[in-house]
Amino acid sequence: MSLRHLRVANLSKTYGRQRALVDVSLAFAPGEVTAVVGPNGAGKTTLLALLSTLVRPTSGAISLGNDPLSGGPAARATIGYVGHEPGVYPELSAWQNLRLFASLYALTGAEDRIEAMLKRVDLADVRSDLPARAYSRGMLQRLALARALLHGPEILLFDEPSSALDPMGARWLVDELLRERQAGRLVVLVTHDLDAAAQVASHLVVIRRGRVALDRTQPEGFAGAEVRALYQEAVRDS
Amino acid sequence: MPAQTFQTSHSSPRFLAACVITFLLFLIACNAIAEAPREITMGLVQKIFYFHVPCAWLLMLSTLVCAGGSVAYLFGGSERGDRVALSAAELGVLFGMCVLVSGPLWAKAAWGVYWQWEARLTSSLLLWLMLLAYVLARRYGGPSARRLAAALALFAAIDIPLVYFSVRFFRSIHPSNTVVSTLGPGMRGAFWLSLLAFTALWAVLLTARLAVESAQARLVDLEIELDQAEEKRT
Amino acid sequence: MTASWWRYTFLIAFKDLRIEGRSREVLYTMGFSAALVVLVFSFALANATDAAQGPVTAAGVLWAATLFTGTVALARVLDRERENESIRSLLLSPAPRSAIYAGKLIATSLLMIAVEVLLTVLVGVLFSTGVFTHLGWLALVLVLGTLGFSATGVVFSAALLRSRSREALLGALLFPIVIPVLLAASRATACLFDPLSPDLEPVSFWTRFLFATDVIYILLGLWVFEPVVIGE
Repeated sequence: MSLRHLRVANLSKTYGRQRALVDVSLAFAPGEVTAVVGPNGAGKTTLLALLSTLVRPTSGAISLGNDPLSGGPAARATIGYVGHEPGVYPELSAWQNLRLFASLYALTGAEDRIEAMLKRVDLADVRSDLPARAYSRGMLQRLALARALLHGPEILLFDEPSSALDPMGARWLVDELLRERQAGRLVVLVTHDLDAAAQVASHLVVIRRGRVALDRTQPEGFAGAEVRALYQEAVRDS
Repeated sequence: MPAQTFQTSHSSPRFLAACVITFLLFLIACNAIAEAPREITMGLVQKIFYFHVPCAWLLMLSTLVCAGGSVAYLFGGSERGDRVALSAAELGVLFGMCVLVSGPLWAKAAWGVYWQWEARLTSSLLLWLMLLAYVLARRYGGPSARRLAAALALFAAIDIPLVYFSVRFFRSIHPSNTVVSTLGPGMRGAFWLSLLAFTALWAVLLTARLAVESAQARLVDLEIELDQAEEKRT
Repeated sequence: MTASWWRYTFLIAFKDLRIEGRSREVLYTMGFSAALVVLVFSFALANATDAAQGPVTAAGVLWAATLFTGTVALARVLDRERENESIRSLLLSPAPRSAIYAGKLIATSLLMIAVEVLLTVLVGVLFSTGVFTHLGWLALVLVLGTLGFSATGVVFSAALLRSRSREALLGALLFPIVIPVLLAASRATACLFDPLSPDLEPVSFWTRFLFATDVIYILLGLWVFEPVVIGE
């Protein structure tokens, strides 16, 4: 895994009359999970969309290492994304979905990688011809993670991944995030769940009304109460 | 924030001069049209031609300008291009209506029917429908409305020669393109004056419409700046 | 177009066709709607004594029904990407966006052509015309006409992906643009259906016209697809 930092400098995004992000500057490090939290409509999802290169900023720059992060195919191959929806095809089975994505990312040794990935997300025992439509919400989210990790991305982006999961699913997700952190991946997690944020994050960012209200890195992690206190402080109307 | 006076193009002296010139051009053109000799077979009705043809030309011009603006917006991210495209499309709908109303009035007198499915008429109708679709797409197209409309404008611009040639395969009773050069001297002068007057009107309307759009965009920017300033104070 | 570009194109086309193969949703819904449209037209245009009207009416009804219901195929091939946000996964992959366009173009066209074959048989029966006299030419006209429709349709359908007025708008935006395709295809088909006329000259003309139109639409679609889908 490479050790490039993801940097965002003076990033702004305006949608017509609405300024979603204003002058945001942040740095994300590999081997670090950054939790991005904030009130509804604060601009967290916009930030993630910009990091994924699928939305272009109104102004500002994003760079990975020393190079600007363009929207080109090479850049996209370094990114893995897990959103609210699993981003897979419900008519196809897990194997078929992953084979498709392996082809899209032109991966070699696809069969072995898929097998290993399904084992990792604990979907190896599912009937191989069962379409994803028949999966439970938790299973779908696990498949989504398999899809996002299959091509070995440098950057992992999560958009409120635990929003529809049950407590066991949420617990599994926390474990996976910690595992990725240890593997040295660069993870950005947008979430409402402050407890989950506390459990996995070593870098906390609070976005409020499109701006960075708090940007703190603590390698030893955060305590749950600490995150809550920091959040309240950052979003308080003074 | 430095104080800025925002001057709309409506109050600028150049714009007012353009309006006056356009008005004068119309006066001169109408006079020339009235003075122009009556055509032998059709009489007074033929003079619809002096209004109909410039409107058709402006329909065409509006489409081209709309397509140009759409390219600038879609590939260059030009907001101004997008505003130009919208303004041009609306003008195209307006002048298109003039074409589609004046044409049948003339046709009834000349051919005995209000409508014929031949190349130029069909192309004009379809072009008008496409510009109408553009305006529709802008309003109801959802989050990607502007991009959708821009794509529509490009397909529309490309499509017009196709429509024209596909219908032309069939016999046409619409007056041919060369009718302008066969006009007598009195008529030719009136025609070109009319064309000039209408084009000036189009340019004035486009400028005014663009100014409205630009003003709205500027208003949004000001609102945002105001919000920001308030936030800084709190 | 490199080999890799074509690989992506066929990968995406095959994926869509395979998904359709599972559910057969487009075939059933579009097929059924189109058959109904043909039936409606044959009732509305019923003229039992005038056999000479057969070929022209049959051709016109065939293509009108295809266009009206073709939006179903477009909606499924593109809309279904929206449901699970698989469109995001697709756009995030290294696949060139123009290849996504081309892949969806191929998939939509093939699905539509499958329905059109059924429709051709149906109009042949209802309007008492020999439809398979010039099979080669007919196949060519069906393919070219469908490509013209899909080339534009995929762009607009993709642009409308996040719009609530999707269904209402797609037809309204698409139909004026594809009129030349409709004109050329139905004229050519009418000649092909005519049992009395050995004259294939107009067919040749309209086929060449369709080919040129398709090339123009597809080139424009390839060019415009990416900024339309990823923008702002």
